[in-house]
Amino acid sequence: MVDIPYEGITGIPPAEVPEVELYHPRSWWTRYVFSQDAKVIAIQYSLTASAIGLVALVLSWLMRLQLGFPGTFSFIDANQYLQFITMHGMIMVIYLLTALFLGGFGNYLIPLMVGARDMVFPYVNMLSYWVYLLAVLVLASTFFVPGGPTGAGWTLYPPQAILSGTPGQDWGIILMMSSLILFIIGFTMGGLNYVVTVLQARTRGMTLMRLPLTVWGIFTATVMALLAFPALFVASVMLLLDRLLGTSFFMPSLVEMGQLSKYGGGSPLLFQHLFWFFGHPEVYIVALPAFGIVSDLISTHARKNIFGYRMMVWAIVGIGALSFVVWAHHMYVSGMFPQFGYFFATTTLIIAIPTAIKVYNWVLTLWRGDIHLRVPMLFALGFIITFVNGGLTGLFLGNVVVDVPLSDTMFVVAHFHMVMGVAPIMVVLGAIYHWYPKVTGRMLNDVLGKFHFWVTFLGAYLIFFPMHYLGLLGVPRRYFELGDAAFIPPSAHSLNAFISVVALTVGFSQMVFLFNLAWSLFKGEASGGNPWRATTLEWQTPETPPGHGNWGKELPIVYRWAYDYSVPGAAEDFIPQNQPPRATQLVQGAAS
Amino acid sequence: MAVALILLLVAIGSVLFHLYSPWWWTPIATNWAYIDHTINITFWITGFVFVAVIAFMAYCVFRFHHKEGRRADYNPENKRLEWWLSVGTGVGVAAMLAPGLVVWHQFVTVPADATEVEVMGQQWQWSFRLPGKDGQLGTSDVRNIAPDNPMGLNRDDPHAQDDVVIENGDLHLQMGKPVKVLLRSVDVLHDFYVPEFRAKMDMVPGMVTYFWITPIRTGTFDVLCAELCGAAHYQMRAKVIIDEEREYHAWLEQQKTFAELSPAKALVKATYQSGGK
Repeated sequence: MVDIPYEGITGIPPAEVPEVELYHPRSWWTRYVFSQDAKVIAIQYSLTASAIGLVALVLSWLMRLQLGFPGTFSFIDANQYLQFITMHGMIMVIYLLTALFLGGFGNYLIPLMVGARDMVFPYVNMLSYWVYLLAVLVLASTFFVPGGPTGAGWTLYPPQAILSGTPGQDWGIILMMSSLILFIIGFTMGGLNYVVTVLQARTRGMTLMRLPLTVWGIFTATVMALLAFPALFVASVMLLLDRLLGTSFFMPSLVEMGQLSKYGGGSPLLFQHLFWFFGHPEVYIVALPAFGIVSDLISTHARKNIFGYRMMVWAIVGIGALSFVVWAHHMYVSGMFPQFGYFFATTTLIIAIPTAIKVYNWVLTLWRGDIHLRVPMLFALGFIITFVNGGLTGLFLGNVVVDVPLSDTMFVVAHFHMVMGVAPIMVVLGAIYHWYPKVTGRMLNDVLGKFHFWVTFLGAYLIFFPMHYLGLLGVPRRYFELGDAAFIPPSAHSLNAFISVVALTVGFSQMVFLFNLAWSLFKGEASGGNPWRATTLEWQTPETPPGHGNWGKELPIVYRWAYDYSVPGAAEDFIPQNQPPRATQLVQGAAS
Repeated sequence: MAVALILLLVAIGSVLFHLYSPWWWTPIATNWAYIDHTINITFWITGFVFVAVIAFMAYCVFRFHHKEGRRADYNPENKRLEWWLSVGTGVGVAAMLAPGLVVWHQFVTVPADATEVEVMGQQWQWSFRLPGKDGQLGTSDVRNIAPDNPMGLNRDDPHAQDDVVIENGDLHLQMGKPVKVLLRSVDVLHDFYVPEFRAKMDMVPGMVTYFWITPIRTGTFDVLCAELCGAAHYQMRAKVIIDEEREYHAWLEQQKTFAELSPAKALVKATYQSGGK
């Protein structure tokens, strides 16, 4: 696996790559709008996801205003509060993070990193984006329909989600389900593409065990998503039928607003099992691409090979597989069969082992490195801290009996924000600073970047670390107002106010980032093709930004793994994957 | 080295916050101190790992940050180190999981001498029911719910007649007596949540769920709903009062049974229909 250059690898014949039929754009429309180029689709995905993500950010401000200063803002009522938390959660998890990691980073990086000209099914790839856009528009439209968006919580648990005691029962819930169904259709088209491209379109010499971990992370996450999203799909269809046609998949005999309803014979727990059969893998669908990307950021900016590459690959695959047998740890207090607790607590805590290995290997990569504290590296360090913190609190919630007092409190909110909110977003931001030069040919401003990092990282930590202790105290989540409760001291309200102030500050600091993105597009320092002196193929393209078809006449040939940094004897501290063994310049006097 | 120092301060600050913050769990009121102990074990183990990882990382940043002429080591793998770390992690995980599973076994094993109490949730209030002199709760069904039978008890069930029904009131429990809390909902999911009890469980329409506790101190405790149940979720409140035996029985004496409640209401209705003649 590890190709030391001076040992010499011979016998790889010169490239004889048949010319692939590419779908060349014929007009402005097919170049920039209905483009079949994965890089354009990636940017479309990223911009759409970021736009709807900004809506979620504003919703979080409104929630924090209400939580920090209850009773102050007359324009927020209890119904709206529930609508805000629901839409914030759903947008962040599905429409932002999933779409950005897979549709955004996946589309941009997979073909470039594996040495392909494009995705294998470019037309389907384009359709994937347009269906995703439609899903986003349907979701956004719920803000403007009678009754507004659904306020059922992002988990959409029936019977509540479709009964009249919940806001958005008219249109909101129907459009939410429709939007999810569309999202899954769109994702499936893109996801099949990513999987087939990784398996079939790797260039000569790019064995699976030479893939950068970014590709391993996105690839495994995509396979998981293709297996997990169908559970959400059927749950959405069945809930829609319960709501529209009066079927009773999830609805037992019950009373609605004092009247016996027409429902009967269904099971609310069935929905929860389906939802979390999707929902838990979903956590790792967001986390695994982040794991992969952060590995590459750390390795590149520490000028050192990732430590324990094979273990890292197996950890990704192992986590992916295990994540399908832990879902009911979200349901310890749901009233399900109590004996399930033993099984799901055990599987959940076992997942901590491959996850811990990944953390050890990240920090061991830093050991005896040559650490350049550039903005992507800072975000990677911020990721490690927030991920370790959030991962460890997962050991509380996964351990069935410990979960009993903590479930449905602010401890859970703090935990999942740390582990699948802040941590992956640290990676997203680091990755944008890292790959922006490849996408645009210009560097992002470093001073603004460092300011952005410190405010975001320290701020996010100050928001979510103390929040765990509110949960430990017993403060429940999804509460419009805490009201009078003897166990909640006044100091807890002060803490809530503090958290809100910090949250608004962190939120506004993102505007600095947006400004940086826009300003650097025109005024940023020219980056050249490989500003970080990285080894992976996307940095070795003949043009920056890469042209249509990615490579010139010939596809690159891969001679080595993705992590040949600081190889002893080599003159440079990095050797690109496509550099033939004999082309490596040696340090003078070194044995050849 | 400012970055390394800040990273280290994040770890130290977190530990200090843990030790000195005023926000900690409520004084426990039931037998579930075992749960608190398990949380404490988990805090110790995870706290150690957290500080160790961050401190190591901060040291690396301090010691190995880029300087002119520095070159990184080339060090792809170290099988032995990786296996030792995996085994060590496994031991730590087992040290948290084992006590957790033992306590879970206690949690799901209801003692034979536990008395039953029923809590019913509906949007957005709590009702309670205790078995009457026969010591047994009568059957119930959502379809029986009527203005004079809000808990949907089965009128033909003799066990139901003497059940004590408490609507819009507080629940009293007796000190030291194990009690199995049966949980039922007639509309959406709710969750009977008293922070001081540690135990909680969702209430699901169409099924009866439960948890059990033994109260260990007297007092008045807030009941909250811990499962999102619609617009007024945050207002769904009641109180549980844990009494010594004498006060408990004094309270119980004053409560009305299902039989006492229904005819009274039926009588009012009959009078109204006959025009008061």
